[in-house]
Amino acid sequence: MNFDFSDDQKMLKEQAHKFLSEKCTPKTVRAVYESGKTHDAALWKQIGELGWAGAAIPEEFGGLGLGYLELCVIVEELGRALAPVPFSSTVCQFAEALIVSGSSEQKSRLLPKVAAAEIIGTLARTEGPGAILPKNIRTTFKGGKLSGKKTAVGDGMDAHFAVVLARASDEPGERGLQLVLVDLSQPCVTRRAQESIDPSRARAELIFDNVTAEPLGKQGEAWSDLNRVLDRAAILMAFEQVGGADTCLQMARAYAMDRYAFGRPIASFQAIKHKLADMYVNTELARSNAYYGAWALSTGARELPLAAAAARISATQAFDYAAKESIQTHGGVGFTWEYDCHFYYKRARELSLALGAQRVWKDKLVTQLELSNAA
Amino acid sequence: MDFEDSPEEAKFRTEARAWLDANAKLKTTNTDAAELKETEDKTTLTAAKAWQAKKAEKGYARLTWPKDVGGLGGTPMQQVVFHQEEARYDVAPSGPFNIGLGMCIPTVMAYGSKDSIARYVKPSLRGDEIWCQLFSEPAGGSDVAALRTRAEKDGDDWVINGSKVWTTGAQFSDYGIVLTRTDPNAPKHKGLTMFYLSMKSPGVEVKPIKQASGASGFNEVFFTDVRIPDAQRLGEVGQGWQVALTTLMHERLAVGGGTGGMLDVPQLLQLARELELEDGPAIKNAAVREKMADWYVRSAGLKYTTYRTMTALSRGQQPGPEASIAKIVVAPKLQDLSAFAVELEGEAGALTGADALDDGAFQLAWLNAPGLRIAGGTDEILRNIIAERVLGLPPDIRVDKNVPFNKAPTGR
Repeated sequence: MNFDFSDDQKMLKEQAHKFLSEKCTPKTVRAVYESGKTHDAALWKQIGELGWAGAAIPEEFGGLGLGYLELCVIVEELGRALAPVPFSSTVCQFAEALIVSGSSEQKSRLLPKVAAAEIIGTLARTEGPGAILPKNIRTTFKGGKLSGKKTAVGDGMDAHFAVVLARASDEPGERGLQLVLVDLSQPCVTRRAQESIDPSRARAELIFDNVTAEPLGKQGEAWSDLNRVLDRAAILMAFEQVGGADTCLQMARAYAMDRYAFGRPIASFQAIKHKLADMYVNTELARSNAYYGAWALSTGARELPLAAAAARISATQAFDYAAKESIQTHGGVGFTWEYDCHFYYKRARELSLALGAQRVWKDKLVTQLELSNAA
Repeated sequence: MDFEDSPEEAKFRTEARAWLDANAKLKTTNTDAAELKETEDKTTLTAAKAWQAKKAEKGYARLTWPKDVGGLGGTPMQQVVFHQEEARYDVAPSGPFNIGLGMCIPTVMAYGSKDSIARYVKPSLRGDEIWCQLFSEPAGGSDVAALRTRAEKDGDDWVINGSKVWTTGAQFSDYGIVLTRTDPNAPKHKGLTMFYLSMKSPGVEVKPIKQASGASGFNEVFFTDVRIPDAQRLGEVGQGWQVALTTLMHERLAVGGGTGGMLDVPQLLQLARELELEDGPAIKNAAVREKMADWYVRSAGLKYTTYRTMTALSRGQQPGPEASIAKIVVAPKLQDLSAFAVELEGEAGALTGADALDDGAFQLAWLNAPGLRIAGGTDEILRNIIAERVLGLPPDIRVDKNVPFNKAPTGR
């Protein structure tokens, strides 16, 4: 039994932790919130120099070629520090879309730039509130031209490239869909900044008016490819969620130890102790599910879809619980702008929505259980 | 990251498998119906003793114990591997011996005389003698140090009066370790002393407790002028609490074992495939699917947490604090899941036994679940333990800690 990270991977995690403790404090996050900027460009550049964005990208495409386990430990630390950088959209989603569906030419052209954090990439799926269903995708891709509107696109104001879910033919349902790679610097792309829950992960509306674009992967495989990308991203971002949940627990613990009420630290009241114990239990369960996801991702195991859904649900629940109960533990100051709790509360919700709601993932999970017959 | 054995583990697994092949038969079905029911009748006990004796001959009864007391001097990971392998075979349960070998005998080995170690360890390993743990009382459950059973010195003997409760296995036990109050004028933790005694001693009376499910796994034990020699004292007079902590420290997480036979998501999935609800097959119902996913991620999270613990053991490290979360996850989940399953059955869910679906397995689990949330540490005490020992939060303020026990508030 060897179900843990190696000493080298733990060392990498420790290095990432040390770097971020210095370069990405809550003040860094606050500065992004209060400056009106969408992310911390200097931090993103340094992350590029460290090679983190290319940790799992093969060397032939300009990455470090370390592997997914290494990427997972880095993402956990980014989540712990609430790093205000477009890492998740670029590395966990856009790069994974290239890896899953891209031709070797497309990979050679773009992955080295992702690895160096020279470009920001994103995934554009959503066209409005409610479920994302093949029959409702109205963005079109015909004759090499993309037209339509996507909303709530992660890091949409900053992204250089997007992978867009579009309809390429009149064939019904999934069969008419196509993933499309588009350079967002073109003049026929209109962007509009949207207000969103977590301004350090700013979202935008993208309008395409007959924009030149290229197919990514095959028509008819877009829906299943997209789901594969989402599964892989879910595992990576589960680590981001676990990191965030852990910070909430530590913040709540520190506050409860310091804060006196009724003549004693509030950490000595069972109402608080049990809350923190539950945070711990949820976070450990989520961590273990994320580890299993990391194993599935790094080995390409056929259990990956089940592992991804479990990691995603577990980590979403853990971060959600920890973020809201951290505010509750802090009492009134917890929901002031001045305290940091709200950054985590917002990030937890942002991450729970980023790859689709829990409802969707729970349905996916049970579908996998039905298929696996293991259950 | 992988789930493979180390070369040493693989070697031991081969040895264990060869021995099991020679001494037992593989299970023919996956579901272990016996594990779902509380079968501690005479036949089961005889079979359990026979299998225990066989394992003891080979050192497998407690293979982490040193060879000179009948163990194998093995590693905790070898213990895990043996449990995993043993679980594949159709063998009698080791449940009746777990309390004795897991808690009582280690306490005897830590505090008993050479003579008592020589006398008691091997028979208990072989299953010839069964031990129980007599700590909890009507006035001392979660707060076990509030116990009132008295032991008074009379010459070279001690005379015990009082009663214990929730004593698992007392009805078939030969010996027990008993925590008593020897000084009611001392603060509650300081007036305790530990002894061992024969359950056949004159003045010991065992009465089974009928549980909500109708079964009787626990007992009340009454002591009326039970006389035992001072040689049966474990530890110093007044040091009983420290001795009890040693006992409880040995109550380690049963890595790799435990929840095997319990109802969980696979059984719920099976039920949902069979039942039809108002809007179609239960398995297609969104509420059913959502609940199933919630419970699955907790079960899976626990399973992989156990893998992390086993990894630490495999690397020769101490398991991390994550090992402490198991029961707090399992027990409430079993209660919620079984209640949900019974509700799915509609009015027919009211049936139990032979007329009920699956012989009433969900109904039985639901009836047993409240006990699981209480026995061996309530949900609330377990949360206190995680809060205090893992997260380092302050202990509760105790108003009875430094007062003489007989002056402490009792509410009656």
